[in-house]
Amino acid sequence: MAQDSSFAASAETHAPTPTRSVDDLKQIAAQVRRDIVRMVHAVNSGHPGGSLGCTDLLVALYFKVMKHTPEPFDMNGIGQDLFFLSNGHISPVFYSVLARSGYFPVGELATFRKLNSRLQGHPATHEHLPGVRVASGSLGQGLSVAIGAAQAKKLNNDDRKVFVLMGDGELEEGQIWEAAMYAPHHKVDNLIAFVDRNGQQIDGPTEKIGGLGDLRAKFEAFNWRVLETDGNDLEKLLPTIEEAVQLSGQGQPIMVLMDTQMGYGVDFMMGSHKWHGVAPNDEQLEKALQQLVVEKAGDY
Amino acid sequence: MKDFPYTESKDTRSGFGAGLQELGKTNPNVVALCADLIGSLKMDAFIKDNPERFFQVGIAEANMMGLAAGLTIGGKIPFTGTFANFSTGRVYDQIRQSIAYSGKNVKICASHAGLTLGEDGATHQILEDIGMMKMLPHMTVINPCDYNQTKAATIAIADYEGPVYLRFGRPVVPNFTPADQKFEVGKGIVLNEGTDVSIFATGHLVWKAILAGKLLAEKGINAEIINIHTIKPLDAQLILESARKTRCVVTAEEHQMNGGLGDSIAQLLIREEPLPLEMVAVNDSFGESGTPDQLMEKYGLNEQAIVAAVEKVMARRK
Repeated sequence: MAQDSSFAASAETHAPTPTRSVDDLKQIAAQVRRDIVRMVHAVNSGHPGGSLGCTDLLVALYFKVMKHTPEPFDMNGIGQDLFFLSNGHISPVFYSVLARSGYFPVGELATFRKLNSRLQGHPATHEHLPGVRVASGSLGQGLSVAIGAAQAKKLNNDDRKVFVLMGDGELEEGQIWEAAMYAPHHKVDNLIAFVDRNGQQIDGPTEKIGGLGDLRAKFEAFNWRVLETDGNDLEKLLPTIEEAVQLSGQGQPIMVLMDTQMGYGVDFMMGSHKWHGVAPNDEQLEKALQQLVVEKAGDY
Repeated sequence: MKDFPYTESKDTRSGFGAGLQELGKTNPNVVALCADLIGSLKMDAFIKDNPERFFQVGIAEANMMGLAAGLTIGGKIPFTGTFANFSTGRVYDQIRQSIAYSGKNVKICASHAGLTLGEDGATHQILEDIGMMKMLPHMTVINPCDYNQTKAATIAIADYEGPVYLRFGRPVVPNFTPADQKFEVGKGIVLNEGTDVSIFATGHLVWKAILAGKLLAEKGINAEIINIHTIKPLDAQLILESARKTRCVVTAEEHQMNGGLGDSIAQLLIREEPLPLEMVAVNDSFGESGTPDQLMEKYGLNEQAIVAAVEKVMARRK
């Protein structure tokens, strides 16, 4: 495999930059999406659908919004914004974004899901992959962990924020609602949570399987400050994240319900639960890559 | 048989509370979480001294384990408190993924373990917790025997990096170990040197083993009695030395045979030094309501049961 030249060499320039333009972010997002489909294709396994759908959020956070230091990686993250991925199955997008923001070599993406890799099928700290702070995969646990990390920040007088992403199907887990009750009660207002509301889960549409219903009403009833946005339109997503950051520190945790499309960016993968956990074949990969155009291609 | 004088009986959970209070004074990184059982876990003193370092989670144990994992990110040393049943079985996957697999420095502190919880009955009398916790890679499992030892263990684990399961109980039991003891994780303690049989006991059964030692002495049997307060990592060296001397072994614990201390020692012996072994433990059964003493008698966890096991194992010794 060719070690990425352009992006690896320019990893530093991809470090968080508040001034980065939306066009730049779109270019990075297209590259991340290329990584995702190539990673899952290479091992014929993994979860492209949710990864593609959440690419814009992770790119916005890691390349513009968050203050973070990829190198050297510090588990405690004192003085840094933290991100937790609760729906760990979308590890491809997480790994791509971590690598491309400088946590580890972009070429290591080629080891995804392979034996002796730090890039486990679901994110883990066990192999000491920089950028991952807790294992996830068994659903429903990340919100609690993020709240704990946010409370640790308060104890440390650290005014940076904690971000966490959950899937919408994941909200069927009971622990989410234990955490949802806890955070407003304890005024954990340095926490900004996102729900990837793509409306799909493994067995079909969320409304058919779990009946998530009115999530805004549910979280508002639990005393969260709720925002809604389009998770696949950076022009809308970025101002919403900015608003969420501004609303923090006011006694309430923030919940951003983010409408997305599973498989966003690859037309034949979009809007269906079919691509939750299926890898593209050679032909499908070619088709996908043709749609994911980057001006300065920097595939790993 | 050595004498083990004591001036008072106390509950091990109060030893936890005292240790936690001490840590509140000495270690600013220690934080505590509780799932609506402050009084039962004796956490009041810590909370009074350090209200900002205590998190009342409510009846939401899964969330508590996740919060604890998160609090370590930022350098805190979280001590979670609830009953042993709700500290383990109820939250096994949270402990497995967010704490053990993630290598988080969380201290899972579990009261009301075993049958001696008493009248509340089997829903609350967990007898499988040691097994569940010791199966998790890198999890340390500790079951101290009295108030002083539980206090010392609580203090010690704050400086012991990695996830720890600390198990203690509800009833008052003789407080006979030294108040000034230094607790060493993974180091068994020889209470009585003997030559005829090795009795390895943990938790509340340590005192029962001492009582059994006295009964055995009256029968002319010189028992070696060893307190194995740490089930994992197991003090293999001490156990093998004693077993090689006495040539027969009895284990005693307030837990199922499957997965408990006896199971760990049996595995060690069969690999290193196959010798006859008898287990004093609950034999594939749930508990029930009753007083602690009634239950320990009915389920064969008292000094008479240990004496019977010793006689049986000595008869099997070649």
